[in-house]
Order: sequence, then structure tokens, then C-alpha cells
Amino acid sequence: MAQEITTKQLRKWLLVYAARIIENEDHLTKLDTAIGDADHGVNMRRGMGKLQERLQVERQSEDISAFLRSVAMTLISGVGGAAGPLYGTFFLRAATSPTNGSSIDLPQLTQMFRYGLDGLQQRGKAQADDKTMIDTIQPAVEAMEAAVAAHQSAAVVLAAARQAAHLGMKHTIEIEARKGRASYLGPHSIGHQDPGATSAYFLFETAAEVLTITGAD
Amino acid sequence: MQSLTNKPGSAITQSLRGMALSHPDTIKVHFDPDFVERLAPARSGKVAVISGSGSGHEPLPIGYVGLGMLDAACPGPIFTSPSPVQLLAAVHSVDHGGGVLFVVKNYAGGVLNTELTIEIALQEGIDARYVLVNDDVSIPKVANRRGLGASALACKIAGAAAESGYTLAAAEEVTRRAIASSRSMGVGTNVNTLPRNGPNDNLADDSIELGVGIHGEPGEVRSVSKGMPEIVDLIVHPILHDLPFASGDRVLLLISGMGGTPPLELYLFSEAIHELLAAHHLRVERQLIGNYLTCLGRGGYTITLMRLDDELLQLWDAPVHTPVLHW
Repeated sequence: MAQEITTKQLRKWLLVYAARIIENEDHLTKLDTAIGDADHGVNMRRGMGKLQERLQVERQSEDISAFLRSVAMTLISGVGGAAGPLYGTFFLRAATSPTNGSSIDLPQLTQMFRYGLDGLQQRGKAQADDKTMIDTIQPAVEAMEAAVAAHQSAAVVLAAARQAAHLGMKHTIEIEARKGRASYLGPHSIGHQDPGATSAYFLFETAAEVLTITGAD
Repeated sequence: MQSLTNKPGSAITQSLRGMALSHPDTIKVHFDPDFVERLAPARSGKVAVISGSGSGHEPLPIGYVGLGMLDAACPGPIFTSPSPVQLLAAVHSVDHGGGVLFVVKNYAGGVLNTELTIEIALQEGIDARYVLVNDDVSIPKVANRRGLGASALACKIAGAAAESGYTLAAAEEVTRRAIASSRSMGVGTNVNTLPRNGPNDNLADDSIELGVGIHGEPGEVRSVSKGMPEIVDLIVHPILHDLPFASGDRVLLLISGMGGTPPLELYLFSEAIHELLAAHHLRVERQLIGNYLTCLGRGGYTITLMRLDDELLQLWDAPVHTPVLHW
């Protein structure tokens, strides 16, 4: 039987994500101090605070598209900087992917991530190996697509996404930034993990923790 | 005296308040999110023209809000694009049902935030588009060219088109043509009041920096011991050859100080540039000289030439009532 993921579970996922980002504020700040303008931790923490407020007043049953759109608007206004519009675009496009109303099956969840990724690439004009959040999200989405094509369970699909995202995040240490503020450093950006790729990794880490539990609250 | 711009956050808010007090018949200022809106009523169905920009380039864009020009302008932090929240608030406030045209300088942040704003506006059923200003000939690759003086000119053309009843598509088309007919070059003389230090902070007395941006982006340091005619040659030739402008062309000439150049120096420059343009048989039909887009208080200027046709000239001459331009 197909596993369905509900709006309630997506809400739980993003609450855990928000908490994870807040726990890692100093880590993100440290990464962004090395190759950026040191504001990624503060901006993300502020945005996640807004997201928590938003998710806590959520109605019990809601259309997934409307839910994701509201997450997008919260992130755009709450995070600010460049990360706000980029995360906002990710969720705004994810909101346009097909659903069954208040639930999605695993292929639809995968497609939702794909829509978000495609929107992000279009908006940020970054490719793989530019040392951005794309380096985390693209391999994760591709891993999900491969696992879904092989008819794997949600647990396997999301574990594959987490693993690929983690490898992608670590890969950003080895490469030179070609997009964003870090690109001004040229080869000096090598040796540092990208802060955007790191905050994006937590999306998949927390999805693997939360979205695989059937009937999770 | 301590520079007010040492406290950017409060300086922007206070400056906006002061601006509202200085031009009470022309604009009103909204805070949180910050945007400046025109007071003159607009007829239903008029295309709304909006421009956002980092602060520090005043009067661009907020000084160009008013009848016949911008319906709204959004000031970001110093040298930083305004957010989609500001841009959307402006859209909601000034959309008259005729759609929204954004005039955007070609910088990554501004394009990113405008594209996202347009995506949201379209989802809300508001027709929105943008034109990209990329008139800086100091950058060889056209796709990477920054927006300079043509930003102000494009706001005038778009605003006049909107005021005189152009559709969104027609206003977009004529504004694109205005931008495509414009070329600019920035030149730096000194950078002593810039908030950020760069590699060319201490220019020798007989040197200029050719091709500077309006955020302190460095240019190429050139020695110009022979004075103004030599400076003008270095600046204007790349502009003339890029479009290219041809003998007999009618042009609009914009000479804008970057905020730290005395009018005396601008007029020195004007003399030399008029001589050079006359030698090339260009007809200066309209012109502006003063501070029209700045880089806080840096020394230097930007030169912009726009080739005029009848329609562009008519739109340029159309009535305008803003804090900076009014005729």
C-alpha cells in the first residue's frame, strides 16, 4: 500500500527543521564568517523563529499547496538576505507540484523536492559544483528519484536523500565558489564548507527523521 | 563632522522621514516595509512603474517618485537590494489594474528579488514584468553590464509611457528601447568618503579610475596628466563606439556626480564633453547635470548618452512632478 504523507507530517518536519537550524545557528555563523558575510546563522535563526510561530498557529487540516506557499512567504519575509528569497522560491515552487489535496505519496513528495530544486536553480542561476545549496539539494533529489524508481520504501528513499545531501554538503569543502559572496574569494574559498549547503542539508536530515514514521504526529 | 552614513540603519529611516517632510505635496513614505509612493492620484488601469535600489544612490530611485515617473520606489539597506517584502508591499499599494513594470539595475540581488516578487504577483493575478538596465560599457560582456545612469532615464520613459496610457507590453517595449539606446561609463576621482576601503583608495592627483561602479566597485586606474580633454576622451569614446552613436544622432546627455564631486568640477567636465560631442556631430537635444545617481559621497561622475527618437523625446518631455525632476 502506498505510503501517504500528510500536511500534519510536513508541518512536524518543518518544526523539527526550524529547531535544528536554531540549534546550529553558531555553526552556520562560523561557516559564513569564513567565506561570506557572517549573517547566515542570524538570518536563518530569525526566519526559523517566524516559521515556528507560523506553524504553531496552523489549522489541523490544510491543503498541502497552500501550506507550502505560506511557508514560502514566511521564509521570504523572515529570513531576508539572499537565503530568504532562495528558500522562499524553493517552497513556492514546491507548492505548485501535484498533490492529493491534504496528502502526497512518495513519488509526489519526490516531485515536490524536484519542483523546488528546479525553481531554485532557475532563480539563483547556480549549477552543481558552484558551492551553493544546490550541491546539497540536487544530489538528494536525484537519490530520491532513483530510490522511488526502484520502488523503495519512504525510509529507504529518505535515508538515500540524507546520505546524498550529506556527501554533497561535504563536497562543498573541496570546491571553489562560483556563485554568491564566497565567489569573490576565488580559490581561497576552497577548504570551507558552504553555509547554504549546510542549512539545506538539515532539510533532508530532518525529513529522514520525521517523514518516515507512518502516522507521525 | 561625523558622517551620518556611519549609522546606516537609522540614517535611512531618518532620511526617508526627512524626505517626506521636504516633499509633502509629492510623495508619501511607508515604513516597515519601507517604500515611497506618489501622492498624485493615478487613473484606474494605469500601468504602475516601480523601481527598487539599495540606498546610497540617492536620488535614485526614491527622488523619482511622482506624477509621470515612478508610482513607487523601494529603498534597500546601503548598497543592498530591497527585499521581496518591500517590493510586494509596493505592488499591492500602487497596482491600478494595469499591471506593474519594474525597472531593475542589473545586479544579482535586485534581479533575484524582483523575479521572486513577480512570480508571487503573477500567482496573485497581477500582471508584472521587469526591464533590466545594463548600460555600463566598462564591462565587456553585455550580460554582466551594470545599471548606471540609464536607470534614471528608464524610470522617466517608463513613467511617462504609463501616464500617457501605454499598455504594460507597450510601456515595457519602449523602456527596453530607451535602455538599449543608452550607454554609460563611470569614472572615479577619489573615494575618501566610501564606507568600504578598496585597492584604489589613494589615487594620485593626476589619476582617475575608469569604469567604476556605483557601489565602490573598482575600475582601471589611468594616469591623465593632460587634464580634462584627455579624461573626456577616455570616458566618452567607449560610450560612442559601443552603441555606436553616429554623426547626426540626437542624444540626451546625463552628467551625474557620484555625491562627492563639486558642481564646479561637473561643469568643467561639461565643457570638455560638449566640445567632444560637437566634434562627433552629435546633437545634444536634452540634458541633465547634477547629482542623479550617486555612490554615497565618492568623488567621480557617470556619463550617460541616450540616442533619442521622436517617441523617446516625446516621453522625455512629458510632464513630470517628482522631488528631483519636474517640468
